[in-house]
Amino acid sequence: MSEMQSAAMTSSSAHAHAGDHPSNLAHHFQSYEQQRESASLGVWVFLVTEIMFFGGLFTAYILYRSRYPEAFIAGSHQLDVMLGTVNTAVLICSSLTMAMAVRSAQLGRAKAIAGFLVATIILGSAFLGIKATEYHHKWVEHLIPGADFHLEASHLPTSHGKPVTSDLPTGIVGESRADVPLPAAGPKDIQAHTQLFFFLYFGMTGLHALHMIIGVGLLAWLIRPSLQGRFDGNNHNYVEGIGLYWHFVDIVWIFLFPLLYLVGRHG
Amino acid sequence: MSSATHVLPLRIYFGVFFALLVLTGTTVGVAFIDLGPFNNVVALGVAVLKATLVILFFMHVRYSTRLTGLVIVSGIFWLVIMVGLTFVDYATRGWLGVAGR
Repeated sequence: MSEMQSAAMTSSSAHAHAGDHPSNLAHHFQSYEQQRESASLGVWVFLVTEIMFFGGLFTAYILYRSRYPEAFIAGSHQLDVMLGTVNTAVLICSSLTMAMAVRSAQLGRAKAIAGFLVATIILGSAFLGIKATEYHHKWVEHLIPGADFHLEASHLPTSHGKPVTSDLPTGIVGESRADVPLPAAGPKDIQAHTQLFFFLYFGMTGLHALHMIIGVGLLAWLIRPSLQGRFDGNNHNYVEGIGLYWHFVDIVWIFLFPLLYLVGRHG
Repeated sequence: MSSATHVLPLRIYFGVFFALLVLTGTTVGVAFIDLGPFNNVVALGVAVLKATLVILFFMHVRYSTRLTGLVIVSGIFWLVIMVGLTFVDYATRGWLGVAGR
């Protein structure tokens, strides 16, 4: 190892030492450790761009929720808390199996890696199946934004027996001066603003589901090299990197779940 | 540090896993109790705690280089800038009347 490190350090031309490094250690790295750190850092840089990508949607969510709180409560009440909670648990289980796949790769246990990858794929697919069921419910209930969107008046949440269509243009942002009265939020506005909630619901969960589908594809692609014994304590960068991505997608859902399903559930 | 990677013991993974499940139950349960504005605080606080557990242990950041940590913190910092400055704009729009009205 140290022999190779010194060879890498003293060599000035890129291919001067070609052939004296293992096939799973790229010649521009001095050690497996450096290769691993570079791989995981690269994935993290990508994940930071993903934080900003989802961050735009979260910004839109926070803005409209603070502007139309009662519509977001009405929208959230149309979602199924039970299915949302089950899906959260399914995704946490898939994160555990993913972490176990990475650990198996670190230990070089080929069959265990493949087994945990398959388990993760099954759990991810279960999540997507439950999500599809929810989407279908929303379709049947006319809650897909568009010409057919309609929120039943009886579905509007109530507070102490009275509907929560407050006539105050509430919200912490965009509050007008007291001498410029804003029009009261009537039933029509609730319809429009709740539609906005569902735009965000489908945009955010849809983008999340797309990430899940890509993740399931990446995991399936990993099964073959795992069984070929390509991963061990020195080099398991593909498993680690795809694992980082999978956990990130889990984290996005960790935030989506309370923000979409649990708004104003009390009262 | 040797060339071979640092393998975490199983109890860390399972401990984090059960903590995540318990926190999920907590956030659902608390959502049905009226705490006023603190409902949002609890919901987001639990989500941040869950995300931190995943990042530190499932994603091994606790055992990664400081450079990795710096990249993550800078990403969150930029997210705060995006959300924060957007809200500085929206929150203050009503403070001045529209010219000509």
